[in-house]
Amino acid sequence: MTNASDTSTDTLPISPHVAAVEQACGPLEHSVYRGQQRVVVPAEKLLETLALLKDRGFDLLVDVSCVDYLEYRGAAHRYGLIYLLASTATNERLTVRAFVDDPEPTVASVVPLWKAANWLEREVWDMFGIRFTGHPDLRRLVMPEAFTAHPLRKDYPLQGRGERHNFPVITRDHS
Amino acid sequence: MSIAPAEHETRPETRSEDYLWTLNFGPQHPATHTTLRLVLKLEGERVVDAEPEMGYLHSGFEKIGEHLTFNQYVTVTDRMNYISPMANNVAWHHAVETLLGIELTPRGTYIRTIIAELARISDHLLCNGAVGLDTGAFTFFLYGFYQREVIYDIFETLCGARFTNSYTRVGGVSQDFTPLVIEKIRSFLKTFPKTLLDMERLLNRNRIFVDRTKGVGLLTKEEAINRGATGPVARASGVTRDLRRDEPYLAYADLDFQVCCASAGDCYARYLVRMQEMRESLKIVEQALENLPEGPVNVGIDQRTSLPIKQQVYSTIEGTISHFELAMSNRGFEVPCEETYAAIEAPNGELGFYLVGDGDDRAYRARCRPPSVQNFAMFPHLIRVPTLSDVVSEHGSLNIIAAELDR
Repeated sequence: MTNASDTSTDTLPISPHVAAVEQACGPLEHSVYRGQQRVVVPAEKLLETLALLKDRGFDLLVDVSCVDYLEYRGAAHRYGLIYLLASTATNERLTVRAFVDDPEPTVASVVPLWKAANWLEREVWDMFGIRFTGHPDLRRLVMPEAFTAHPLRKDYPLQGRGERHNFPVITRDHS
Repeated sequence: MSIAPAEHETRPETRSEDYLWTLNFGPQHPATHTTLRLVLKLEGERVVDAEPEMGYLHSGFEKIGEHLTFNQYVTVTDRMNYISPMANNVAWHHAVETLLGIELTPRGTYIRTIIAELARISDHLLCNGAVGLDTGAFTFFLYGFYQREVIYDIFETLCGARFTNSYTRVGGVSQDFTPLVIEKIRSFLKTFPKTLLDMERLLNRNRIFVDRTKGVGLLTKEEAINRGATGPVARASGVTRDLRRDEPYLAYADLDFQVCCASAGDCYARYLVRMQEMRESLKIVEQALENLPEGPVNVGIDQRTSLPIKQQVYSTIEGTISHFELAMSNRGFEVPCEETYAAIEAPNGELGFYLVGDGDDRAYRARCRPPSVQNFAMFPHLIRVPTLSDVVSEHGSLNIIAAELDR
């Protein structure tokens, strides 16, 4: 169900950066949509690929995020990690995606490449429960330390599982 | 209970970190501006270490984004960076329109450009005003806040709301500019440069202010890029990245403006960049207002993408049908099963949304990329050497908004 009115941008040539990544990692799934270049890399080659792309000029890590494809029609994997890269010199952008699955979704941390990834990966761990190996300080970022669930997963209900009602109440006498 | 003699006689060993004093800065403190917390390790007045903590204002905005339609969610974006809600509205619907492939009308793009720039001015006024306030310049803050009121008045005349505007819609905006709005913006354009000049005369060479901000919170260009800084914080460190120029969206390609940069990378440079950006924003607003195209403000009802204006709903059959269909679930927008990222240069930096569509008229995933997170994450890096009083000016110059930080 793609929007047919805007196909002109989708015929853009594949970026040379994607071609370079393919040379290093073998053939990859890549696409262009609305003028945005995207490439999917295997999770185990993520760090290596991003290091290569950083050397090729993508010096700014704009965002690290994740999508839970649990209820997505036709999805083959559960979690899709998204790395949005940009170059401050040429203003190019590239979206790198990698898929991981239950029961132990794990991927290498990119903190060695970009310090910007530190909090972004902590947020992904907090919200989706994906472990980043090699992360210096993988704690929850926004939810309380004692929280057990990962709220942005699709199997977590919008109104929570009653955690709010069970927070310990501190009275003045016991504080 | 007897005390073991060995323990009693020898003095406990002292280590240097025993003299460190831990100070909780926030979550409720006037100088944090919003609910966030810094755990500072102090040695006398020197800050040895700082650990930022966030999450006190976490409201699950991204989760809510998966349950509200594209038009409904704009009310939530108001509450992200509530210093400049209009810019968030523009960012959200810019992202939605990128996903849906909707092209705005010329008048719609110009109107959005104008309100985004007014939002930038009001954001910078508050941010710089707060830096002034924290370093003891109360008059400066009030000068800024008075002008913010004028911008609020413009927004109130425009859409009825002063603070949480929820002004944009998919494919357009909720209200067209009236002659009164244009007149109010014109009068603001006339009066504001004088205030800006007054503000600069108050602080630019103010000895106390310069002493407290110059050389404080240094951020080099390499660190700024590596730590993902965007917006005025990055530009004050010499990163010449401005999405308005580098990836022109809305009407910015038609307008003439400068990207304001500094190379010092300290709090004073950030202050100067913001002051200068307000001037550039004035230029943009003026050009856009004088060249405001005529014609419809929203995408036509025949395209079935934007909600028709009430006049059309009540007086034409096309309007009624279009409104009815768009309001019905599963008859509204044609959403591709695709993923896009679109960002704008918000006052604070790059504000983007990564949207995943699955054919439904609400996002499957609505990831918000807020600029505040990176600014706050680099706080410990900026804070190593200075004294406690520098923490306040550094914090102010980063313009961290907790509601945007936690979402």
